[in-house]
Amino acid sequence: MSNKFIGQSIKRVEDKRFITGKGRYTDDIKLPGMLHAHFVRSPYAHARVVSIDTAEALAIPGVVAVYTGDDVAAINGVPCGWQVNFRNGETMREPKHPMLIATGDTAKHAGDPVAVVIAETKEIAIDAAEAVLVEWDELPAIASPADALKDGAPLVHSQFPDNKAFDWSFGNPVEEVDAAIEASAHVTTLEFVNQRVVPNAMEPRAYIGHYDAVADKYTLYTSTQNPHLIRLLMCAFVLGIPEHRVRVVGPDVGGGFGSKIYHYTEEALVTWASKQLELPVKWTSDRSEAFLLDAHGRDHVTKAEMGFDADGNIMGLRIKTIANMGAYLSTFAPAVPTYLHGTLLQGLYTTPKINIDMTCVFTHTVAVDAYRGAGRPEATYLLERIIELAAHEMGKDPAQLRFQNFIPPFDGVTQPGYQTQVALQYDSGNYAPVLQKGLDLLGYDDFRQAQKQAANSNKLLGVGFSTYVEACGIAPSAVVGALGARAGLYESAQVRVQPTGKVSVFTGSHSHGQGHETTFVQVVADKLGIAMEDVELVHGDSDTVAFGMGTYGSRSLAVGGSAIMKSIDKVLEKGAKIAAHKLECAEGDLEYGEGKWTVKGTDKSIGFGDVALTAYVPHVYPAGLEPGLDFSSFYDPANFTYPFGCHIAVVEVDKETGKVDLKRMIAVDDVGNIINPMIVEGQIHGGLAQGIGQALFEGTIYDENAQLTNGSYMDYVMPRADDLPMFETANQITPCPHNPLGVKGAGEAGAIGSTPAVVNAVLDALWSGGHNDVKDILMPLTSERVWRAMNN
Amino acid sequence: MQINLTVNGKARASEVEDRTLLVYYLREQLGLTGAHVACDTSSCGACTVHVDGVAVKSCTLLAAQADGCQVTTIEGLASGNDLHPLQQGFKECHGLQCGFCTPGMIMTAADLLNTNPHPSETEIRVALEGNICRCTGYHNIVKAIQWAAEHQAVPA
Repeated sequence: MSNKFIGQSIKRVEDKRFITGKGRYTDDIKLPGMLHAHFVRSPYAHARVVSIDTAEALAIPGVVAVYTGDDVAAINGVPCGWQVNFRNGETMREPKHPMLIATGDTAKHAGDPVAVVIAETKEIAIDAAEAVLVEWDELPAIASPADALKDGAPLVHSQFPDNKAFDWSFGNPVEEVDAAIEASAHVTTLEFVNQRVVPNAMEPRAYIGHYDAVADKYTLYTSTQNPHLIRLLMCAFVLGIPEHRVRVVGPDVGGGFGSKIYHYTEEALVTWASKQLELPVKWTSDRSEAFLLDAHGRDHVTKAEMGFDADGNIMGLRIKTIANMGAYLSTFAPAVPTYLHGTLLQGLYTTPKINIDMTCVFTHTVAVDAYRGAGRPEATYLLERIIELAAHEMGKDPAQLRFQNFIPPFDGVTQPGYQTQVALQYDSGNYAPVLQKGLDLLGYDDFRQAQKQAANSNKLLGVGFSTYVEACGIAPSAVVGALGARAGLYESAQVRVQPTGKVSVFTGSHSHGQGHETTFVQVVADKLGIAMEDVELVHGDSDTVAFGMGTYGSRSLAVGGSAIMKSIDKVLEKGAKIAAHKLECAEGDLEYGEGKWTVKGTDKSIGFGDVALTAYVPHVYPAGLEPGLDFSSFYDPANFTYPFGCHIAVVEVDKETGKVDLKRMIAVDDVGNIINPMIVEGQIHGGLAQGIGQALFEGTIYDENAQLTNGSYMDYVMPRADDLPMFETANQITPCPHNPLGVKGAGEAGAIGSTPAVVNAVLDALWSGGHNDVKDILMPLTSERVWRAMNN
Repeated sequence: MQINLTVNGKARASEVEDRTLLVYYLREQLGLTGAHVACDTSSCGACTVHVDGVAVKSCTLLAAQADGCQVTTIEGLASGNDLHPLQQGFKECHGLQCGFCTPGMIMTAADLLNTNPHPSETEIRVALEGNICRCTGYHNIVKAIQWAAEHQAVPA
């Protein structure tokens, strides 16, 4: 294998279409005769549908159909893809999300649909939707997870009298953790909220259902992160239509960040309606709908206690959390606060005893599911906030306290992986150097000097640390199956060598900004020793790609890339048989490199293209060998991968106004081997911005009626260009020991480490100004909240 | 109503509804889908085009208001096969990921460079204040615009 492309910052091949306005997103697609759908939605977070009158809407010229709950009663609700049972063994409560709320039933969050209008134009559909008359009986509603458990709280599902979806505990027996904390010389207690945030991919969700009556085949164009998973869920569980009669296409997709993993009711509804009407039906969300309907992230209320011995060694960690599930369980929702969160509470530390007690509740809000990082940011926020506070309380240096408690290095090859107290076994890690590198980039000693000087000025300076480890490359099917996943989590790939030696690669991963069309091609071109121009990556279409589990959890290269490697191995193995026959030598005498098989120690060789042609024109060919050079593979990993790193934020806090100015953001990440440093750095940048966004700007605000009051881009604050500094990034490389590329995944790291670093930095600034009693400020850290923390 | 305007150098005479926004006219009637609709509140800039040489959020303007105007969209920015320096810069500096905000970013930046050919980092960030990107953290967008500023053709 050559290393001409791997490790190089190759410019992205997909960019051309985007920078010239030729990207092809779902809403850009127009089909002949296409109709447009618009939904009538609940204006209340909790309300019973008393009656629906569609007559006036149906009379509007251009309206083709108006469907209500009665019309779609035969369609199953959207199911959940992960089952986590109560700790006493009781089955997880799993109310299905109906397509449309029928008369007599209740809408369970603002935006729940009651009717859909389908019309010749979008404008007519919108006008007609306003003419659908719905009589509502408004009921009391709750949005906060803590409120859900209060006595007398309004019930989201009347059959579940305590609003619990399930409860769960994990780690060491709680008595052992109680004893460890009891025996500690110092216990730091932190009660905090990890607030609800909105993923806000720039492209709103859009779907086109198209039933072709002649072919008896459905096509669904969808802005999704995983076309095959949508096909499986929609065919097998919702519509009950045969999977081989359904094609799902995920064309260019304008960002996902988790929110486009899930199967949403509108996908199934436009697909179903296109068959009723025998015409294509399009629905494109507007931004207000996106705020109300796309799954949100985080939303934990937590009490954490960490015990230390007299020397500052961590003795135990005890956690109690309530997590908001929203009104219905979204596709992966139960896994996020449990197996993607509870299992990460070891962090990078040798904590000997850990227990988490988790209660997952229903509220009258849209579902909460995986958002960039999914559970791992919540775990990291908890750990890195509490250790920083502990250092402050014990009068220790926060960096030194971390060094002292880090798990020692292990490479997973000559040394075994690290067995945590919370089930996972880390693959490889070397934690102290990333923190040291961060401190060097920061210039730690100089910073503390500057901070002392600033303490007397109007602007306080603060530094915040955060070190993280995450679990990516999700994951071995047998493991996730044992933990409640209702799907396998592997990936498929096909490498089709064409007769001329050009190569088409089909992957079940889906690129929606991650640059697969470049990175994956770099890998294939290098492994085969051919030009990148001779390799094409195909993704996002269930008719061309055999199967796939999609892109989330930083899994594309670690899992999808590994599947491609398996197919390449098969190509080279068969190619060697053909080459040996042509060169009249034994296979063992051949070596492959630079795009050709060479007889070792000679100049006799045959090129990849010649072998490809021979495979398809097998005139002189090994006896018994099949023609063709085309291999599919499925790769099911041996373990998760465990990237880690250190993020450091430097902030300035205005004493008079409480305004926080982020001056520096340093990120040292170890994501294993790197194929394209430019793309990896870009992934880190984007994650940092979202993590900083949660710390400083973002968060839903619900009123007492569970109405989202900041559901627009005018009200929900996201980082803009002038809110952020240039980022300072660096890498360390500790290869993953169990996948062929040694890669770990980079998509979520930035969002995992940065949030606690920024909050810690603001607290450090306040502490430097003498506000030593401030333990927590609710995110986002608005000027008002920071000012109040300094002045109350 | 009837409107007459020039879009990417081509004269257009079109019948539009009074309420049609410029962005929907461009996307639905002319098939120029490079301008994107992402927010409905003129907050994100994904729909930015140039009207008479000035960057405008095309979701904020009625098509009727563009009657008689010169409109340039992302599709009309390159000169034939020669990419505009900003288009090149975004590719060189990895200034895009999912690509959805990119046309608006480039059109906004083009307006900036027209009025301020050598902006400082702060001037670039302030100029981008009306455009949201959720993928890049803006770092590489700023670099892309700096790259374009260095590589743009010097006016004769």
